[in-house]
Amino acid sequence: MSELTRNERDESDELLRQALAGERLPRWGVPVAAVGALALAFVLNLVTSVDGVAGTLVVAVLLFLVIQTTWSFLVEGRRHAVDRLATTGVYATFVIALAPLVAVLLTVIVKGLGVISSTFLTTSMRNISPRSEGGGLYHALIGTLQQVGIAALFGVPLGILTAIYLVEYAPSAKSRRLSRAISFFVDVMTGVPSVVVGLFIFTAFVLTLGMERSGFTASLALTILMLPVIVRSTEEMLRIVPRELREASYALGIPKWRTILKVVLPTALAGIVTGAMLAIARVAGETAPLLLTTFLSQSVNTNPFKGPQASLPTFIWDQFTSATDASVNRAWGGALVLIVLVMVLYGAAKIIARYTGVKRS
Amino acid sequence: MSTQIEHPATPSPTDGAGIEGAAVRRGDRVFLGMSRTAGIFILVTMAAIAAFLIWKAIPSLQANTANFFTTSEWFPDQNPVVFGIAALTFGTLMTAIIAMILAVPVGIGIALFIAHYAPPRLAAVLGFVTDLLAAVPSIIFGMWGLQFLTPQMEGLGKWLNDYLGFIPLFRNDTGQYSKSILIASVVLAIMVLPTVSAISREVFVQVPREHIEAALALGATRWEMVRLSVFPFARPGMISASMLGLGRALGETIAVALILSASYTINWQISEPGGNTFAANIALRWNEAGDIGLSALVASGLVLFVITLVVNMAARIIIARRADFSGAN
Repeated sequence: MSELTRNERDESDELLRQALAGERLPRWGVPVAAVGALALAFVLNLVTSVDGVAGTLVVAVLLFLVIQTTWSFLVEGRRHAVDRLATTGVYATFVIALAPLVAVLLTVIVKGLGVISSTFLTTSMRNISPRSEGGGLYHALIGTLQQVGIAALFGVPLGILTAIYLVEYAPSAKSRRLSRAISFFVDVMTGVPSVVVGLFIFTAFVLTLGMERSGFTASLALTILMLPVIVRSTEEMLRIVPRELREASYALGIPKWRTILKVVLPTALAGIVTGAMLAIARVAGETAPLLLTTFLSQSVNTNPFKGPQASLPTFIWDQFTSATDASVNRAWGGALVLIVLVMVLYGAAKIIARYTGVKRS
Repeated sequence: MSTQIEHPATPSPTDGAGIEGAAVRRGDRVFLGMSRTAGIFILVTMAAIAAFLIWKAIPSLQANTANFFTTSEWFPDQNPVVFGIAALTFGTLMTAIIAMILAVPVGIGIALFIAHYAPPRLAAVLGFVTDLLAAVPSIIFGMWGLQFLTPQMEGLGKWLNDYLGFIPLFRNDTGQYSKSILIASVVLAIMVLPTVSAISREVFVQVPREHIEAALALGATRWEMVRLSVFPFARPGMISASMLGLGRALGETIAVALILSASYTINWQISEPGGNTFAANIALRWNEAGDIGLSALVASGLVLFVITLVVNMAARIIIARRADFSGAN
């Protein structure tokens, strides 16, 4: 046996493999098919009505599918041809998902970057007409920070308490039905459209209780939008706190509520913070409920309880729908600031989640 | 987004542990009371949303001289009061359904890619990328759809008109291809992709290893393995992922309000300018509406609330049933 040369051994391996698995496409098959498809598409681009980069690429992908599938069908048979077709399809979906993300981010950066300046960040739109250049989003930045801050002040404790009830108390409580109902409606609540939440805050707090439309009513709407997200993420974090930790604490005679405060919550803290930051990032960009519950404002208002208060999303909406060149530019500048804010929160949350906290087994 | 699926109740420390003496018990009772109140607050909020919308919708519904469900006009602040939601219902369902036709296959493909095709290290990055897509605020999608996507879509609209124009849906008699239901649907599809893919992905990774290996051991190709062991296990999850995506698409406001030209007619030719949805109509008419006008918008919001509630509850029930009965784990 050891007399066999390397070549002969390879050959016998190949024979064995073929006997077991049937004829396969050579390893260079897929790249060759891809290059062939691209070349063919390029030729078609030159001689027929197929034109444009996007059109040529689409044609190239379709040609690749045809070439690969036919070739595979002839050599490997139907099953492998279908498998290759499906694999290409699955890979293609990912490109389809990536394209809009890249396109959105690039558009915002390209159109917004030129607008950003220190004036843009530190002045309001007071006494600046939509047509004229200049002005900025300082008033909107303040509004968004206050409104989202107040929303977090309400939403985060409420959400964490609800999650504590669902995880720590509900399984032992007699009222299983209650906890199931809460759990179910937390899920349903994530699906309530944000515009409906805006309508609710308007009808309940403005029409019925007679509050004025202000930054505060906006933060109430944001609270409701944030709540279910925080409950779910906190719940998930509490559930992965090891049971042994709780039992060790009980064994030392520590009552349940102190165990929750001193053992369970600190253990899950990083995860809870991450979830809260994600929820905040998500509501920071909400526009519809703010349009319904606040009045647009062009100047700085640091009192969220009184008078019109701007916010980043309503600033963008206002400037964009004013539809002059200057105002649309400002809208893109606002979009860049908003997206940076959201992405920073998002990135920070992911980093915290990655480097701290309870590891999932 | 890994938070959506109901977990079977994990065994949690049960009652009584360590409770001795009145002082201790008081602390526990206060804490239990607070957390239970927070939970009940959520139920109360859901009930209050329904109650206030119904209450404040009544004045306009009483004043309305036309049929609320079959009228395609919106003049609630005129005398006589005439408004109805027929065009809104059409526009909302049309945009959402087209969006789902586009988003569901792609979303499931992405989930499959992450769960069963991509190498693990790459899969984590890709999961992060789809989550990022979910974090982009909807107003930015709207601006992007209007200024970037619209010119790109003109070619598609023309192509559909030239080659598939014999189907009324794709015909375009106006020669204009902007501000259409088609463009709004594409943007909606992009926006619901993360929802569909995140929840499908969560179910895909729960498929028992044994099912997968059994299929592969019998000589199945990867695609056959997916069809034989992944899809049957994950079907309820895929259905409810799609329905949750549908719920998002139905209620999406600002992106649609920016993209559509807010006409008030039922137009089946989806690449022509026009169309309107419940949510977009509310946002666009809000600041110019009078008392009855506001009430009429609340009434349309109530319809939207009921539709999304039904879709979401159905989705949750389907996925919860799977969690209860999945004997595999």
